Amino acid sequence: MKPVNQRAWFLVAPVLLLVAFTAIIPLMTVVNYSVQYVGMNTQFHWVGDLWFREVLASEKFWNALWRNLVFSGIILMIQIPLGVLIALNMPRKGWGVPVCLVVMALPLLIPWYVVGMIWQMFGRVDIGLFGVMLRDFGYNYENDPIDAWFTLVLMDTWHWTSLVALLAYAGLVSIPDAYYQAARIDGASRWQVFRHIQLPKMARVLTIAVLLRFMDSFMIFTEPFAVIAGGDPVFLSTELKQTVELGQKAAMSLIYFLIILLMSWVFYTVMTRDDGEPRQRGGAS
Amino acid sequence: MARIDLDNVRHAYGPSPQSDEDYALRRVNHTFDDGGAYALLGPSGCGKTSLLNIISGLVSPSEGRVLVNGEDVTGLPTEKRNIAQVFQFPVVYDSMTVRENLAFPLRNRRVKSAEIRERVNQVLEIVGLTALADRRARGLTADEKQKISLGRGLVRPDVSAILFDEPLTVVDPQMKWQLRASLREVHRRSRATMIYVTHDQTEALTFADKVVVMHAGEIVQVGTPAELFAQPKHTFVGYFIGSPGMNVMPVTLDGVSARIGGHAVAPAAAPQAAATSKLELGVRPEFVKLSASGIPAQIIRVEDAGRYRVAHLTMAGHPVAAMLREGEDVPADPHVSFDPAGVHLYADSWRVDVAGQAAAGKVAQ
Repeated sequence: MKPVNQRAWFLVAPVLLLVAFTAIIPLMTVVNYSVQYVGMNTQFHWVGDLWFREVLASEKFWNALWRNLVFSGIILMIQIPLGVLIALNMPRKGWGVPVCLVVMALPLLIPWYVVGMIWQMFGRVDIGLFGVMLRDFGYNYENDPIDAWFTLVLMDTWHWTSLVALLAYAGLVSIPDAYYQAARIDGASRWQVFRHIQLPKMARVLTIAVLLRFMDSFMIFTEPFAVIAGGDPVFLSTELKQTVELGQKAAMSLIYFLIILLMSWVFYTVMTRDDGEPRQRGGAS
Repeated sequence: MARIDLDNVRHAYGPSPQSDEDYALRRVNHTFDDGGAYALLGPSGCGKTSLLNIISGLVSPSEGRVLVNGEDVTGLPTEKRNIAQVFQFPVVYDSMTVRENLAFPLRNRRVKSAEIRERVNQVLEIVGLTALADRRARGLTADEKQKISLGRGLVRPDVSAILFDEPLTVVDPQMKWQLRASLREVHRRSRATMIYVTHDQTEALTFADKVVVMHAGEIVQVGTPAELFAQPKHTFVGYFIGSPGMNVMPVTLDGVSARIGGHAVAPAAAPQAAATSKLELGVRPEFVKLSASGIPAQIIRVEDAGRYRVAHLTMAGHPVAAMLREGEDVPADPHVSFDPAGVHLYADSWRVDVAGQAAAGKVAQ
């Protein structure tokens, strides 16, 4: 057996250093704030887990968390099937491909805040085309939280379904023709082709799509901030913005961060489990 | 089990083919007899796969008809034709087990489950996957997956024909022999018409009773392995089959004999060779003799292929390969002569009968 050479750790050092400055040190700063009370003249007082207990005891926090979960759930349930459906119907060759890809990519290029402003104006009941059209049905996102909610879901779907569709499309075009030919030889129905060929082949990219859409929608801030400017519905992010106390903000940030981490891990584990067989590590291609 | 006729089948992938060059299949007329084991042999891009896909209906031909047992199926979609096909690269349904993969084509055709179980077990045995039957297909290796594909091709008991498109490309050589032997065995038992596409002559010659040699979108010769070796109808067949391939060199006719650079090499051709056509002489290395008399030649190198050696020479400016028998020495001042039994004359690449060989030529027709 070869002697263990500990000098290999030096090879990891640059990355460690980089990660320390980009992630670990800032995060530790937040951890530090979360256990301190910052008084007048920026004096720090140790308060232990006070802020955490306060956040977890706050009804507003739980309401916001619940709203976030429901929002992400709705977003995933709409955007994933819709994105797959769009991808299935996109052309595979000819001039339609570039046209489709460019049109689909357009919403993705627009900054979050601009999207928020677009919909804020688009949905206004006095001058917005969308708002005026729905005015007679009692639509008004400024007064009615349900309407605001509806507007946010619609806006997010408009903004991000393309991402799911493009990822799913990438998964679909990577399927060799032979699979479809074999399915025809085997007499498979359209549904079976989807169920046994297209869906399994898209699984990898759909995992990425679900993770990205979950994280993004769970962290939603800019759009509700732009559209309803602190009104209902209140999400974790907007709640965080309205919190005044630095220590409480820090505690809430950490809880928020841990929830996202946990949920992402759960999604990833559930979606990549390989029916009890040993999975090949790193085969994410 | 069926006879398959191809009637003037042509196919072009482009929209408006003008010349012959635009056709992937120029014109194919051929009958695959019921219960035959055929190999379609040819280099990449010669139209083998196109032809196979036309038979199975994955591609519909630009012109011509496909008949199964005399019935025109040209307009029928793949799933309505009773044909199985195995592709070059493994196609498995990842979400199913090996057993479910094999049962899939039967299930889609509403076969009774007792019969499915029996058939699947048989096929598992044939392709050697019994031990893996209840494993998910996803985690298997490439050659195990290809065995599943092969199995799905063999599992339907009532198919008109089974088409194989270079099915053993991803399988390792040891396994290749074994699987090919299994396929032969399946063929012997089921008498299904089998068409096996390959670019490997060994594979073609060991699998098939009849080899169909294709070149540039056309069938150039159909015959048993022995016929293809002894009487290549086209210079391509001579070159493609045999190792090394046939020597082909341009000749001139002077009425009495065929000449290469002033040396008479063979009796004159029969009169049907038009004066304007490009004339070539073909002789397999097995029929080239090195001795002290004949046409002078220079040795370039001698290749040792294990059981035999091949001498590469130049003779009157043309490269010639000669097979050396065991223990045979290369003469110091080599002269080349051709055994008349193995000399063929080609006009515009197609074989013409040489006087004295007319009878032999007829056999190959």
